[in-house]
Amino acid sequence: MPRTLKALLPAFLAAWLAIGASPATAQDAALIAKGEYLARAGDCIACHTAREGKTFAGGLPMKTPFGTLYTSNITPDPQTGIGMWTSDQFFQMMHNGRFPDGGLVYPAMPFASYTKVTREDSDAIYAYLRSIPPVKQRNREHDLKFPFNNRSLILGWRTLFFKEGVYKPDPTKSAEWNRGAYLVEGLGHCGMCHTAINALGGSSESQAFEGGLIPMQNWYAPSLTSNKEAGLGDWTIEEISDYLRKGVSARGAVYGPMAEVVYNSLQYLNDDDTRAMAIYLKSLAQGTSPDKPAAPLPSAESSLLLSLGKQIYDRECASCHGAEGLGMPPHYPPLAGNQSIQMVSAVNAIRMVLNGGYPPGTAGNPMPYGMPPFAHRMSDDEVAAVVTYIRTSWGNRGAAVSARQANELRAATLN
Amino acid sequence: MCEGSIWRSRWGITVAHQFSSALSLFASIVLSLGMAQAQTTPQPPDTMAARVLACASCHGAEGEGTSDVYFPRLAGKPAGYLYNQLVAFRDGRRKYPPMNYLLDFLPDPYLKQMAEHFASLRPPFPAPAVPTVSKEILARGESIAVNGDPQRGVPACASCHGATFGGMEPAIPGLLGLRASYISAQLGGWRYGTRTAAAPDCMQIVAGLLTEDDVKAVAAFLSSRPAPTDPSFAKRGSLPMPLVCGSQPN
Repeated sequence: MPRTLKALLPAFLAAWLAIGASPATAQDAALIAKGEYLARAGDCIACHTAREGKTFAGGLPMKTPFGTLYTSNITPDPQTGIGMWTSDQFFQMMHNGRFPDGGLVYPAMPFASYTKVTREDSDAIYAYLRSIPPVKQRNREHDLKFPFNNRSLILGWRTLFFKEGVYKPDPTKSAEWNRGAYLVEGLGHCGMCHTAINALGGSSESQAFEGGLIPMQNWYAPSLTSNKEAGLGDWTIEEISDYLRKGVSARGAVYGPMAEVVYNSLQYLNDDDTRAMAIYLKSLAQGTSPDKPAAPLPSAESSLLLSLGKQIYDRECASCHGAEGLGMPPHYPPLAGNQSIQMVSAVNAIRMVLNGGYPPGTAGNPMPYGMPPFAHRMSDDEVAAVVTYIRTSWGNRGAAVSARQANELRAATLN
Repeated sequence: MCEGSIWRSRWGITVAHQFSSALSLFASIVLSLGMAQAQTTPQPPDTMAARVLACASCHGAEGEGTSDVYFPRLAGKPAGYLYNQLVAFRDGRRKYPPMNYLLDFLPDPYLKQMAEHFASLRPPFPAPAVPTVSKEILARGESIAVNGDPQRGVPACASCHGATFGGMEPAIPGLLGLRASYISAQLGGWRYGTRTAAAPDCMQIVAGLLTEDDVKAVAAFLSSRPAPTDPSFAKRGSLPMPLVCGSQPN
């Protein structure tokens, strides 16, 4: 910068401050920016924006075992959005799952996680949501089956599964660990998928992060505590960070519902927060490494399955994933030693073969490599054979898969 | 002084020489380490062709189509058309679950690159279909495709898709190299409103004017056409279109 210009800069700045922006609006801008960042961390957009809909105007149908819920308009439109809400009322929603009139919010809104968010962060998100363009779009009525259309039932759910309270830092742990825990347990609402949902639609605290099948979506959200599943005890901090932010890592790529989370939310987090989450997630693992490989499948039937599986693998899969299952990480994930393939639930491995997939396009990996779908080219027997081969080769210790399991997942909804 | 300066300069040269040989040694070590690492973790080719291999099992490695009659040829269609379709599938406007699912989390710039990639390819066309319909039906199809049906207000396919049916930049697709099943499924989709494009949706208007027999005839005729001698599409604005189309801004 030329020296004269540099010297004039403070004068310009002073003049600018005097004319328009008071220090208060600069503060507002910082608060709004912070709120936008936190709204990303909370992945608000994923549910509160419909396909081809206006941002944050709601209307996205969410299929649940109890019926279909339609997400709400959270733009600052006074009639149809949250334009009349105060920051107190917004915090009450986030923290306690109640509308301004005291009405109960269906727990599809993850207030059981958001309750851990501090008042300060809630106020920042509130400031951001007030700054976005208002959209006039009336909320659509939920379409719930009897008896779930009775909101007072939520009281029972809350008694069983909801514990109100802002995150309390653990003084025995580092600041980074606590920041990671705050993000994962609070805004990140990771437990919504990675903790098993029971028949009552609740997540039990004692089983936190132990994994479970995501209702309606037919994807298995692996345990974050067991190294046999997606426990990250054996991963480096860099590998976890890459996975969370780029969507691909030396250990595996994100797919299914996790691709959505990375695309809309995690790729926007800064270095420090990504690292903090990685440190916390790594610590969740309960220190056990995966068991030794199980003995090879004994029966004649299984060996037939395996030889067919190897044939298919060598023909269709080996060119990318390698004859030894080593892949070409990070773009072609390794299959040997990949926890997500050996989990007790074979749902994800079967679905990857049937549906293929692209990891999300992120700032760190803007042009991802993709896997082709094989549903139209492989019979149920072939899918079962190749998944069985992958789950039991190169030291992998997963169990065999049946043609019936493969067949059942052909009908799984894709979005 | 003089001596000293010579000494200094010699020393300088010697040191520089030593330094540069050390540097080249270091560089070669780093290089060989790098190569060793490259050997242990091979990487896929840094090309679009490798990135879109996920499309190959249905559309062919070069977008030429496969034996499945419902999976269209992509190669050589104008990039604007392909891009519009990729966005429509990603956002759920065009519904086909396997495509919707694959594209769900891919950003616009990448979809544009995919579209440009397939638009640039010119693999050979498949052999034209042997018509399974009568000569009369085929002639009816030809008549609609080339001349339209002015009495019923049906414009000719050729009026927008070009006399050789090669399409027009930026967003009107070529119609050759496609199977009859695919063409009639798309026209049917427009007639019944399951396939839509940006408003004004001129294909919805055109397809709405066609009867089921018309669709069958046009699909049979187009799929029986031989490969074009010049597989390029018409230049933007070179054809006077009879309708305003939202997906073809002129």
